[in-house]
Amino acid sequence: MAQTLDQLLVLAQQRLVALWPAPWQPWVAAFLGAAAIVATFGGLFALTTWLERKGLARIQNRLGPNRVGPYGLLQPIADGLKMLTKEDIVPRAADQWIHFLAPILKVVPVLLAYSVIPFGRHLVALDLEAGLLFFFAVGSATEIAVFMAGWGSRNKYSLLGAMRAIAQLISYEVPLVLSAVSVVLLAGTLSLPAIVDSQAGHGWAGLANWHVFTPWGLAGFVLFMIAATAKTSRSPFDLPEGESEIIAGHMVEYSGFKYALFYLGEYLSLFAISGVGITLFLGGWRAPVAWLDWVPSYLWFGIKLLGCIAVFIWLRGTMPRLRADQLMNFAWKFMLPMSLVTLVAAAVWHATATWTFAGAGLWRWVLGAALLLLPYRALSRGLTQRGRFGPRRYRFAD
Amino acid sequence: MTPLQRYLVVSTLLFGVGLAGALTRRNAILVLVGIELMLTAANLNFIAFWRYGPNPESAAGIVFTLFAIAVAAAETAVGLALIIKIYRHRRTTNLDQMDALKG
Amino acid sequence: MDPAAIIAALLALGGAVAAVSLRNLIHCALCLVLTFFSVAALFLGLGAEFVSFAQVMVYVGAIAILIVFASLMTRDPGTDPARAHEPRAIRPWPLGLGIAGAVTGVLLACVGSSRLLPDVATPATAPSVRELGQELMTRYVVALEVVGLLLTAAMIGAVVLAVREPRRPDQEVGR
Repeated sequence: MAQTLDQLLVLAQQRLVALWPAPWQPWVAAFLGAAAIVATFGGLFALTTWLERKGLARIQNRLGPNRVGPYGLLQPIADGLKMLTKEDIVPRAADQWIHFLAPILKVVPVLLAYSVIPFGRHLVALDLEAGLLFFFAVGSATEIAVFMAGWGSRNKYSLLGAMRAIAQLISYEVPLVLSAVSVVLLAGTLSLPAIVDSQAGHGWAGLANWHVFTPWGLAGFVLFMIAATAKTSRSPFDLPEGESEIIAGHMVEYSGFKYALFYLGEYLSLFAISGVGITLFLGGWRAPVAWLDWVPSYLWFGIKLLGCIAVFIWLRGTMPRLRADQLMNFAWKFMLPMSLVTLVAAAVWHATATWTFAGAGLWRWVLGAALLLLPYRALSRGLTQRGRFGPRRYRFAD
Repeated sequence: MTPLQRYLVVSTLLFGVGLAGALTRRNAILVLVGIELMLTAANLNFIAFWRYGPNPESAAGIVFTLFAIAVAAAETAVGLALIIKIYRHRRTTNLDQMDALKG
Repeated sequence: MDPAAIIAALLALGGAVAAVSLRNLIHCALCLVLTFFSVAALFLGLGAEFVSFAQVMVYVGAIAILIVFASLMTRDPGTDPARAHEPRAIRPWPLGLGIAGAVTGVLLACVGSSRLLPDVATPATAPSVRELGQELMTRYVVALEVVGLLLTAAMIGAVVLAVREPRRPDQEVGR
């Protein structure tokens, strides 16, 4: 019973595919997978906009959307209708083709990225051997889309926003990839389902063997999530949008459906990158303790994803926006060295796996934690004592 | 034509376009673009020969292409840094005007 | 070559021609992106998954962005009016096109006429990522280290070249 429930979606797809003649079957299977992904995450997008507005409202002591439907639950539909019926304005000076293509190029790669994420047991659209590399490669196309939007709009604000966005995306891609590499080092594979499998089983006190429950894994997860926040340009790293300074940056000249596409692309990339973070560090679709294994795997993935989204909303409600120089300093002087240190700690963890003497597990923990904490202390002191993150001092433009 | 030859023709044409660009354009950035195209054509050759070559079990073609991609990245980074430096100095990216040895 | 590969090849060539012939530098860079994507698709069609993804990641994610940045940071003011009257030693257009055409022609003739291997019955299957990693860390480990060193050197070199020296306060006072 539990098994059937777990494989419900996979079985449903197989049944549906079997209805078609054999030569069509691969196409039907691909279409079904794509349709399921688009429908699920489109729905999640609508839900998240509502959750975010409600959550931010609670944090700011407001009520949030409460007019459309019970608790304002139908607000996303109203928003969508408003977006679709708005006039589609293209500035006369804009580069028509580039302006038109940018939103499409923003959304399509993100949707492609979903094809390698395992949402449940056997529930992955495309089990690529180099799945993780595919994910990062596809993600790098976003930068081009952002640039096209910013440059094609022929607007100073949008160009500035695009330049900021690209600088940020490139800078944070490095720690993002490096912290993922430490997992690859331990798992010995780039395929995401195989990485989930490498976290199977339960260790000390019945706790799952997730990578996040190791010293390097915890550090890697935190670094990955910080970099993911920056990569999806969410607060506190939302300088590319910065509505109070550069009025939505590269999206300033977009309206109606195209703007909605940018919005959609941003949230979809947030879900995708959270999904990869879950897969890499939080055991993917696996249950945290053995006696909860009966809960279907895709539900575990969903719960973890909603947890990540809640953290992102919480962060957005809590943190003020960084300054551009703080952003760059943080990326290159803290995130990059720390992700390299994490990589070394992961390698040491891997090398000490052969230790067999009494208390070896404890010593591995102590060694790993020391390897991470000492550089962390040095780096954070070095940054704070030289006034990098001190109180804001205003300098007039020279 | 065998499949190998078809891919070779594509990569030759790509190389030719890159060479024409590198030789005729006067903007330094576009010359670099032409060079990148030629490198890409060479990579396509490597992969095509690996795939249809006599020694398919060796990964040499793939490894070589990976190294070529890395070297191309390094070359572009330094090349563009040089172009920007020259631009700051001379206010031009036109190769015809970069003809003085004296700063 | 299946239809998908032919489309990818045509897109790659079209993008390449546009990338070296358009007037607007940004358009050139974007067409170059199209070429890189199409070549990655060709790699995928040839079964070299890993190289294809690496191509997209490095060329589209890094090199194209670098080119775009460089084109935004430099503005070609055209020919300096003070030097416009200087006669140029050679006319670049016909000569360059002629040389490129000749090279391409010779290469094409070679490809067409050389006795290439007959069509292999079973084309190579891509080595798994694991095998590739093993190869890189054993047989090609020296090359790998050298490439790592090269990339580090290139990064530092690029930063040193492109960084704008900050004006020191004591110099400010003197001015």
